[in-house]
Amino acid sequence: MAQTLKLEIVTPESTVYSEEVNMVTLPGKEGTLGILPQHIPLMTQVTAGEISVRKENEHHHLAIGDGFVQVTPEKVSVMTDMAVREENIDEDKAEEARRKAEERLQEKLSDEELATVKAALAQSVAQLNLKRRRRNG
Amino acid sequence: MPSTRDIRRRIKSVKNTSQITKAMQMVAASKMRRAQQQALAGRPYAELMNEVLAEVTAGASDFSHPLMEPSGEGKKRALIVVSTDKGLCGALNSNLLREAGKADRDQTVFISAGRKAAQYLARTKRELLAEFSYKDSPEFAEARAISKLAQELFLKGEVSGVDILFTNFVTTLNQHPEIKPFLPVAEITGIKAGVEGSSSQQELKEGSQDFLFEPDAGSVLAELLPHYLNYQMYQILLESKASEHSARMVAMKNATDNANQLIKDLTLEYNKLRQAMITNELLEITSAAMALG
Repeated sequence: MAQTLKLEIVTPESTVYSEEVNMVTLPGKEGTLGILPQHIPLMTQVTAGEISVRKENEHHHLAIGDGFVQVTPEKVSVMTDMAVREENIDEDKAEEARRKAEERLQEKLSDEELATVKAALAQSVAQLNLKRRRRNG
Repeated sequence: MPSTRDIRRRIKSVKNTSQITKAMQMVAASKMRRAQQQALAGRPYAELMNEVLAEVTAGASDFSHPLMEPSGEGKKRALIVVSTDKGLCGALNSNLLREAGKADRDQTVFISAGRKAAQYLARTKRELLAEFSYKDSPEFAEARAISKLAQELFLKGEVSGVDILFTNFVTTLNQHPEIKPFLPVAEITGIKAGVEGSSSQQELKEGSQDFLFEPDAGSVLAELLPHYLNYQMYQILLESKASEHSARMVAMKNATDNANQLIKDLTLEYNKLRQAMITNELLEITSAAMALG
């Protein structure tokens, strides 16, 4: 039995993560999902939040935006608007983005703009939460 | 026989032209690099999306979405033509619009993206439903607008299907027009031009696995399909832009090379003429001196 599964995290800009790992924890729409190798095929949505990866003895953390996940026994494919590795998160920038998004929420927006701004807000909050929690914990 | 002054004037004007084409070449080259990078970076996402959708739709055989069902029977098909805004990019638009011209004019309605397509369709008096424009670095919102209109038309049953005609980016020297089915989703084959330049098409493969959907197939597909279509449209805009800038850079490079060659030829002719004149003058002086002597 395969002890690893391939995790692929892809955004429109690039492939952020592509490695063999032991376990993945995803922020599913219906709650957190822990995926181990040989999971049954599953298709679901993810919300902005944090992906934790266990690879041998290492742990990786990434902040992601909204998107979709496809799970097969050997592979987990995550398609999302944004994905940043923990070490690459720029806290000041994220904070700035959060502030801007909150400001824009006060303005009058069309449905589409509102959805875009809300997504941007969720993304920056996800980055900030990950960074802060990792520092404190 | 042109005088030396004529030739000098000509050289000057060709030089000016070559400076302009050279500048345009530089601009196109830097834009090309960005556009190519964007298009290539977007491909893994588009491919993964394709793959996922192929497997999922095959795995969710008992479920269907209006976007996957044939609709508007007997109605015309819509063709979205994605062209450039400006010319001076070689044969790019002519190749593209030749393909557009092949479409049966009684059975097709057109949607244009980019000014050249709109002009062509108006000139040939085709049925033009909507005109869109997109910026130099396409934005997702622009793609979403086009894709949304296409989806609405299709869902209302006003068209029986939607195709997209665009210029697929293969390499800097090679782009070709391609027609790609857009709606209904069941007809879709992937846009997968490899980095190597081969534009192999990835068929919707039969899924061997039955997928579990969370929360359920209906709501996941209802989110996934529109997003998929919007993203496809976005990727197509990126590909078109990459093609445009590549074609423009090559066309401008050729123009600059031609201008330089022309300058070289003209300079040679000018020098020949100048020398002939000097020889003539000398001849006149010596013969005059001999006549006097």
